[in-house]
Amino acid sequence: MDREEFEEIAQRSRDEAAAFAVHVNICTSSGCVASGCEHVKKQAEAEVQSRGLQHTCRINGVGCQGLCGSGPIVSVQPDNVLYHKVKPDDVADILDHVGQASVPHLELRQDSPFFERQQRVVLANAGKIDPEEIETAMAAGAYGALLKVTTEMMPPEVCKVITDSGLRGRGGAGYPTGLKWGTVAKATNSTKFVVCNGDEGDPGAFMDRSIMESDPHRVLEGMAIAGYAVGASEGFVYVRAEYALAIKRLKRAIHQAEKRGLLGKNIFGSTFSFSIELRLGAGAFVCGEETALMASIEGRRGNPRPRPPFPSESGLWGHPTLINNVETFANVAPIITNGSAWFANIGTETSKGTKVFALSGKVNRVGLIEVPMGISLREIVMEIGGGIPNGNQFKAVQTGGPSGGCIPADYLDTPVDYESLRKLGSIMGSGGMVVMDDTSSMVSVAHYFMAFNMDESCGKCIPCRVGTIQMVELLKRFTAQRATHDDLVLLEELCDMVSQTSLCGLGQSAPNPVISTLRYFRDEYLRCIAPVTESA
Amino acid sequence: MTAKVSLATVWLDGCSGCHMSFLDIDEVLLNIADRIDLVYSPLVDNKVFPEMVDLTLVEGAVSSEDDRAKIIKIRQHTRLLIAMGDCAVTGNVPAMRNRYSVEAIQQRAYVENADLQRQPPTSVVPKLLPKVQPVHNVVTVDQFLPGCPPPSTLIRDVLLALLAGQKPTFAPRFG
Amino acid sequence: MSSVKTLKINGKDVSARTDDTILQVIREHDIFLPTLCHIEGLSAVGACRLCLVEINGSSKLRSACVTQVEEGMEVVTDNERLQKYRRMILEMLFVEGNHVCAVCVANGYCELQWLAERLGVDHTRLIYLHPDKHVDASHYRYAIDHNRCILCARCVRVCGEIEGAHTWDVAGRGINAHVVTDLNTSWDSSPTCTECGKCVQVCPTGALFKKSRAIGEMAKDNHFLPYLKTMREVNKNDR
Repeated sequence: MDREEFEEIAQRSRDEAAAFAVHVNICTSSGCVASGCEHVKKQAEAEVQSRGLQHTCRINGVGCQGLCGSGPIVSVQPDNVLYHKVKPDDVADILDHVGQASVPHLELRQDSPFFERQQRVVLANAGKIDPEEIETAMAAGAYGALLKVTTEMMPPEVCKVITDSGLRGRGGAGYPTGLKWGTVAKATNSTKFVVCNGDEGDPGAFMDRSIMESDPHRVLEGMAIAGYAVGASEGFVYVRAEYALAIKRLKRAIHQAEKRGLLGKNIFGSTFSFSIELRLGAGAFVCGEETALMASIEGRRGNPRPRPPFPSESGLWGHPTLINNVETFANVAPIITNGSAWFANIGTETSKGTKVFALSGKVNRVGLIEVPMGISLREIVMEIGGGIPNGNQFKAVQTGGPSGGCIPADYLDTPVDYESLRKLGSIMGSGGMVVMDDTSSMVSVAHYFMAFNMDESCGKCIPCRVGTIQMVELLKRFTAQRATHDDLVLLEELCDMVSQTSLCGLGQSAPNPVISTLRYFRDEYLRCIAPVTESA
Repeated sequence: MTAKVSLATVWLDGCSGCHMSFLDIDEVLLNIADRIDLVYSPLVDNKVFPEMVDLTLVEGAVSSEDDRAKIIKIRQHTRLLIAMGDCAVTGNVPAMRNRYSVEAIQQRAYVENADLQRQPPTSVVPKLLPKVQPVHNVVTVDQFLPGCPPPSTLIRDVLLALLAGQKPTFAPRFG
Repeated sequence: MSSVKTLKINGKDVSARTDDTILQVIREHDIFLPTLCHIEGLSAVGACRLCLVEINGSSKLRSACVTQVEEGMEVVTDNERLQKYRRMILEMLFVEGNHVCAVCVANGYCELQWLAERLGVDHTRLIYLHPDKHVDASHYRYAIDHNRCILCARCVRVCGEIEGAHTWDVAGRGINAHVVTDLNTSWDSSPTCTECGKCVQVCPTGALFKKSRAIGEMAKDNHFLPYLKTMREVNKNDR
């Protein structure tokens, strides 16, 4: 495929879409599938057919539009009306109102902070394109950045753009992406690999799933650009097997991209070749840790190994390997297209761009949001999330999943960036955000996350294997209100020991749920200590 | 001449091997006899634990309600409590029952393997705790003397050090 | 590039080959550093965390068995903090299984027991888990008692790396991880096991033992390992 052919396909797709006066976009991501969007879509197609509108009104299956808690979500264009909780029976009503006033009881007003406070970069095309049809993605600009790098830029230039943009890893640790790319690019080995980490496993996190389901091409394009920049010709997407829909769409997207020559040999007529294979995780959380993930791709037991050597030096089968998270790759194409300065303009001094969060828990509006870095937690929880339901009080927000921590009300005005969250004893993590109100027991929260970490420990190193279960057993004494002061002392010693001596990041961060709740809610632990009886 | 140090030894759930090892310090017993008063022990006749004892050696794990009540009481009347031997320190062999329920164990012991009176005891025999515990899980222990049994030389050295008012130093070894 | 590095261990200047690990240098200089998963002659995996050392005053600990020496490195192998962590690691091993030294075949020959003695572990405040683990005594010569297994995976490595049979591997995860023969079938039905017994000899505890041995009789002899490793490398280079 050359530039002309590429632009022709995109234009044709745009023309086809323009031929329809009305577009009804129905979300077909997992959240809405769960609330029955497929029936809505079927009903809409039948209704359009029976009204004889098939040449003027098109029903599109699209990706995530945000408010996953009130699906199925349907948008009508060009009216720019958004409906929520749509049932198949509502379809007739919606079609009746096209071009007129909206259906009032279904309408979701877009002038609310939920929409206005968001800034969509990664999810720019989510909800607009059909993730199962590559042409609609191309019409929205997909693979344009790949065309640009392969035809106009040298690999070091690409690395430089990413470095200048200030993009940092979205998987949690926030390692500078450009630096990582540069390291792999400088390795002299002839064989290198690019790996996309889609093993999202934090409870309450569904950012990467939504990206892969809503705009899989964005991820593939980012990987291909990375391959070009670092000199790799093979890539792997590692996705947990539980993400059936994401896997289906990625498979289809890879197939379609290969068919169009956007992946494979001599992309855009250049000397650059890049192929992508899909690998499925078999349900181990630890496989999101990069060395365990690579072991799993190689077909071995998904156990982490000590670093160094880092993957950029010795990764898959001993070759230099670039591993980035789904969201990191999804940021690449817009950076290439709009330039590093544009990206660096969004966010804070040290944390650039936007971040996708999965907002859940005791909050009025549950869903997927994308916000500029530096936004305050208060804005996210109180404005975008619409505050706490049932008149309860905000207590804490848990960020970073089982490796993260709880941030109490006193710090609600903290800007969301890597450094600020770390300072508070939590982490950015991959983007799970669970809100807790005054009915939540923080000891129970700590117990829940510790039990998760215990279940997901691989068992290779002793501190994580045994330390997590010891901590869970101690926390059980606290939740049963029969702990002692000695238990608290031991619990804190274990927090220190497990975090300092575990082999991989999972074990090192495993005590974080306890450490952070002890830091801010120590009184709750103390209240769980049983009064000393005479016999003891 | 200072007052004699009062010494007690206690036998909870153990095989009495630690007491044997204690007796194995042989002539040292004679050497220290004028410095200690053995006020309570399975080796002497005293049936009542004195008001306050300077030093108590505990053999055995805490397995029954009887053991538990006994050790709690003894702790209240002891200045320095020493867990003597692996059963007291870790639970050791008695704790091997901990993976089974008390009912299953009694079934095996008193019904399946019994020839007469095939039923678990209902009186006299102390009621078993659900789990066998090392002594320090029930009361505070001041010194641990692991070993099965702790070698008599070790018991000797620790006793002599304590009688000399020193903190004993030794390499503890399980088993 | 120089093929020799100089570094400091506990304040003392030492020299090392470029590809040496810190542990190799430490052992060469007769400095005591506890290890359990490591054994001379098998690949290092950094799993037991006993050989953690401090480097250049950084609080981030590194396992000596998998960390290569660097010029000017300053290594501290022993201090209060490291001792505390190491004792806790041993305590964790004692509570996660059912270690009853008094009735163990390896009593007196056990590396876990010996290290506890060496590091002064006289009791533990951790919670004894008393897990329900089983014994596979199906093989006519050897047996495995999972109650005593500390998951060092030496058996897995010696079987794969030296014997080339790869009978052993690890199954399950977290606290439920355990070693298995082949695809978790009984040992006697293993079609890959050559009955060489290397796994028994490298096992640091009484988990793997010869059936004819009673309490305190299972002495282990793994002196063959470095020799066999060298022979394998020679063979590999010849091919």
